[in-house]
Amino acid sequence: MLDIQLKKSLHGADGPMAIDVSLTVAAGEFITLFGESGAGKTSILRMLAGLMAPDAGRIQVGEEVWYDNARGIALSPQRRSVGLVFQDYALFPHLTVRENLEFAVAGKGEQAFIAKLLEMTNLVDLAGKKPATLSGGQKQRVALARALARRPRLLLLDEPLSALDLASRLRLQDELQQLHREFGTTTILVSHELSEVFKLSQRVFQLAAGKVIKSGTPEEVFIRDRVSGKFRFTGEVVAIRKEEVIHVITVLVGNHAVNAVASDDDVRELNVGDRVVLFSKAFNPIIMKVS
Amino acid sequence: MPFDPAPLLLTFKLAAVTTLILLLVGVPIAYGLAFHRFRLKSVCETVVAMPLVLPPTVLGFYLLLLLGQNNPLSRLLADSFNLRLVFTFTGLVLASVIYSLPFMVHPLQTGFQGVPVVLAEASYTLGKSRLVTLFRVILPNMKPAILTGLVLSFAHTVGEFGVVLMIGGNIPGRTRVASIAIYDEVQALNFQAAHMHAFILLAISFVTLLTVYTVNRRYFR
Repeated sequence: MLDIQLKKSLHGADGPMAIDVSLTVAAGEFITLFGESGAGKTSILRMLAGLMAPDAGRIQVGEEVWYDNARGIALSPQRRSVGLVFQDYALFPHLTVRENLEFAVAGKGEQAFIAKLLEMTNLVDLAGKKPATLSGGQKQRVALARALARRPRLLLLDEPLSALDLASRLRLQDELQQLHREFGTTTILVSHELSEVFKLSQRVFQLAAGKVIKSGTPEEVFIRDRVSGKFRFTGEVVAIRKEEVIHVITVLVGNHAVNAVASDDDVRELNVGDRVVLFSKAFNPIIMKVS
Repeated sequence: MPFDPAPLLLTFKLAAVTTLILLLVGVPIAYGLAFHRFRLKSVCETVVAMPLVLPPTVLGFYLLLLLGQNNPLSRLLADSFNLRLVFTFTGLVLASVIYSLPFMVHPLQTGFQGVPVVLAEASYTLGKSRLVTLFRVILPNMKPAILTGLVLSFAHTVGEFGVVLMIGGNIPGRTRVASIAIYDEVQALNFQAAHMHAFILLAISFVTLLTVYTVNRRYFR
């Protein structure tokens, strides 16, 4: 279990801001800090990793106290079991992919684990390459594998997918999900990308100006008028096509494109890229065996 | 008159020893100036940069006073460690280290500031100490700066004249470096001998710098 209380005054681009948050995260949980840029998300991650000193508060991870200003405890980054994936990856340019991972582990005894990580992140063929020769998505996978190589108790992801194109983003979301299932590392994701939040996180804390303004499951936080549908999917509008009298709207749910029909009224408010909820009330879903 | 290679050899020996010591001294100084904020930092930066603007004779003059026979400090060194710094090679090395300090520290300081902070932070979060991070992450990512510092220090020491004259004098085989030998030969109207030294110095300096710039461009860009 992760218990976080942090206070910090910052002087950001928009003038002074005070971070004042209190979060509890269960062991193995995947949560998201969601908010506009400048809301203090990255600063919170940096304080958790020990790269920024809070003004006051407390960080407890399981039995370990990482920070407690009342008791004068502040562990250095080196002594905190964290894996931090930086926004711009921060790969070591002079080391190959494999050497970047090896840098993270203490002894020589972790070769098997490194091999497994390389395989899970599809980096086996790139293991001998330097970061400069990799694409954005590949760099991100290296950063992720390197952060996990130390077997951290807490994985911190600072907008890891924001610089990637849609296809790589979707693939990396899947990989993140798999890695989380495999290792069960407690994970805090910083994001302002709703599709990521919905797909990956169990709970979300919405931040504004350094404070948590809403928290709960992604649906509780983001879908205001809750619908009482029998089944419901959230997705992203990728295309709107006008047919004879109706519109066909293509919605990306996970990795599947789903077509739905909509009237002129429905379409007026929709744009490509919008988050939407697909649900059915009056009809039972049809179930068909596929395997 | 046969050509005496001793002053040239002494020059390159002095430059090599000075450059090596400067690398060891320069890395911690440049690291401190690049990454730490402390009181009197401006004073430290000024002291490091002084040799850039000071006439070498001024530096040599004060070193001579400081290290001369009548100074208690130099008497202590001489009595306890049998270490004499005036008119000796050791004294030349000390003077050269001070004189060429900015030529090592400034490129290294710029190099340190050019390595993204986030690389060091990544190393810390991966459990590596500051020292390990310095040697395995920061220094390997500023090789051009290190090379520049080495070459500038070496070249500057080769070219030094005033400080050497003040602190080392002109003792053949011990403190008589090439630049002084040239001056000496010109004074004695031995233009041919002066020319031998001068031309070899010119050629070696040119080739060294050319090699460094070529290597720098080809491998580190």
